Amino acid sequence: MNENIWILTSANAVTIATTLILAALGALFTERSGVLNLGVEGILLTSAISSFLAADSTGSIWIGLVVGTVVGSLLSSIHATLTVILRANQIVSGLALVIFGTGLANFLGKPAEGRTVTTIIEPIRLGPLSDIPVIGPILFTQDIITFGTIAFAVACAWFLFRTRPGLELRATGDDPATVDAQGLSVSGIRIRYTMFGGALIGLGGSWHMLAQSAAWHQAATTNGIGWIALALVVFAGWHPVRLIFGAILFGFCLRLPFTLQAEQITFIPSAFMQMLPYLATLIALIALSRPGSKNLRGAPKALGNPFVRDER
Amino acid sequence: MKKFWKLAATAAAASLIVAACGGSDSASDTTSAPAAKTDLKVAVVYIGTTEDKGWSYQHEQGILQLEQELGLEVKRVENIKDDATSEATFEQLAADGYQLIFATSFGYGTPMARVATKNPEACMQWATGAKFLLTKAGGGEYADFDALPTNMGTYFGAAEEARYLSGIAAGKATKNGKIGYVAAFPIPEVLRGINAFTLGARSVNPEATVQVTWTKTWFDPTLEKQASESLLDAGVDVLGMHQDTTAPGVAAQAKGAKWVGYNSDAAEAAPEAWLTAPTWNWGPFYVKTAKAVAAGTCPTDEAYGTMADGMVTLGSFGKSVAADTQSMIEEKKAAIIDGSFAPFTGPINKQDGSAWLKAGEKAELGFLLGDMTFFVEGVVGSAKG
Repeated sequence: MNENIWILTSANAVTIATTLILAALGALFTERSGVLNLGVEGILLTSAISSFLAADSTGSIWIGLVVGTVVGSLLSSIHATLTVILRANQIVSGLALVIFGTGLANFLGKPAEGRTVTTIIEPIRLGPLSDIPVIGPILFTQDIITFGTIAFAVACAWFLFRTRPGLELRATGDDPATVDAQGLSVSGIRIRYTMFGGALIGLGGSWHMLAQSAAWHQAATTNGIGWIALALVVFAGWHPVRLIFGAILFGFCLRLPFTLQAEQITFIPSAFMQMLPYLATLIALIALSRPGSKNLRGAPKALGNPFVRDER
Repeated sequence: MKKFWKLAATAAAASLIVAACGGSDSASDTTSAPAAKTDLKVAVVYIGTTEDKGWSYQHEQGILQLEQELGLEVKRVENIKDDATSEATFEQLAADGYQLIFATSFGYGTPMARVATKNPEACMQWATGAKFLLTKAGGGEYADFDALPTNMGTYFGAAEEARYLSGIAAGKATKNGKIGYVAAFPIPEVLRGINAFTLGARSVNPEATVQVTWTKTWFDPTLEKQASESLLDAGVDVLGMHQDTTAPGVAAQAKGAKWVGYNSDAAEAAPEAWLTAPTWNWGPFYVKTAKAVAAGTCPTDEAYGTMADGMVTLGSFGKSVAADTQSMIEEKKAAIIDGSFAPFTGPINKQDGSAWLKAGEKAELGFLLGDMTFFVEGVVGSAKG
């Protein structure tokens, strides 16, 4: 309890980062297939309340996590249907999903307003690893989902860049016509990864609710974290491992204003501190967009463009 | 449907006749509120939802009491932002013939006053408001007090009395003398609360400090939880708070610390951490006001409830509050109620150690409401936010 506040702040940054990594990974997979899903915030909220209601009625947080994940996947299937099959504008559909998801979450959550989850996912200590000074409490005293998420993100990098399905996914986002010529279904791949991405976002929302949030309180529950996740994907240059570090940095920035206040460090205005995560996004974007850093950028070339075979 | 049953149940408690026709449609109004005692049309406007377990929830309890005692249905309008856009809501309610309208947030003042001027037959009541703020001198639109609408009153209460008492519980509960306070906005109402809380804590624990962290929110559980955790990380072992949520309590409980809530008795949110909380009882005011309006007069004074009249109350004690602490608090409470004690009674120094009130000197109410822009001795942090 009396550990150094900076160590505790860093540990919390890793915790906050878990939702960010999951949501951003979901967006990353979706975007790597060439589909831009701006509906992250709406999916996070709807998954959060679904997982809450499921965990609350069954008493099992694990059922809650599964329900939230499935709901995330279902919601993004709406987006996939609209944009891939019906070729609607991806930005409009994504924004509509935010509004729909927020409204749906508020509707479902009305009876649960202000209620707290009774059981939360407890952090586990990894034996002697947790006792290492500084690093122990930061990295090795987290919950199982946090550990799993970081390992999963690393595995995703391997999948994307070292496996054939990963190559197919990247190719679909970069040059769908070539994938089509190979005899693969562009629409199939896009729908699959949009739904898979939605499932990851849903898991992120569920975990955020069940392990972190104090109580269900409408839109305040996720607090715009879905938008930060979208920026994070750009920040990380569509690379899963860079995304881990970016998420921890963002998590640190989100917590920093309160740490500074608690430590009586007041020479920096708190309004400036609250701006930091967004400022970091801007700086990252400028750095990534400067001439000569094209290889860093990594944006899928066909991102946001519906694939129509005749218009190749 | 839920609202239907809630309304039906409330009506049934008042009178069986009302129950028979009382629940036809909660949204429409003209036919569904038969004259059990009165056919007064009452509406209430909330900034959040009635289930926030905080500010709006507590007002809703008062509204339920009003419905029960007067046998009528109150129209509720939830999730209305307390800015200029709320004028349309008040305009609509007035146009629909509501004779008594309660507005439960600070920012509703000016929009409500405009509608009040245009609809002299309706009676408007503004919670947490102050008429001074509607005048030019206070930054409002009206030339002076005489120009204000004559059908609008304000209501609020001396939460600082209960804050002081809850501070005693906090001062007794802290082991290392470090208390934290998750504060909302740096305005007199909040500063008054922090100062009263600190004075209470230091009355039993002279070395105790109250460390303040601002969230600049009324209702943001995520930020409020993070602010709480940072304070706990910095080593405080008791938390006080001002916002409308229970997030600080959950954070405190997770770290084995104690918690003083606000607005409603929310012990069940964090039973291990719960000490007590300053709470509100709006029911009697709502009943009294509705009865006055039904009798043909609109109360236009600036009602300021106290512990003595029961608008301000103290919540239940947590199990960790020792019996002698409880009786000490009860004693002080009795002294506040009979008027022999007031929280802001000198000698009190300001945060920098300079004298504010001389021994035995009591702060004026007007000063507390408008001019309390500083911290007292013992508070750590900036009063400017």
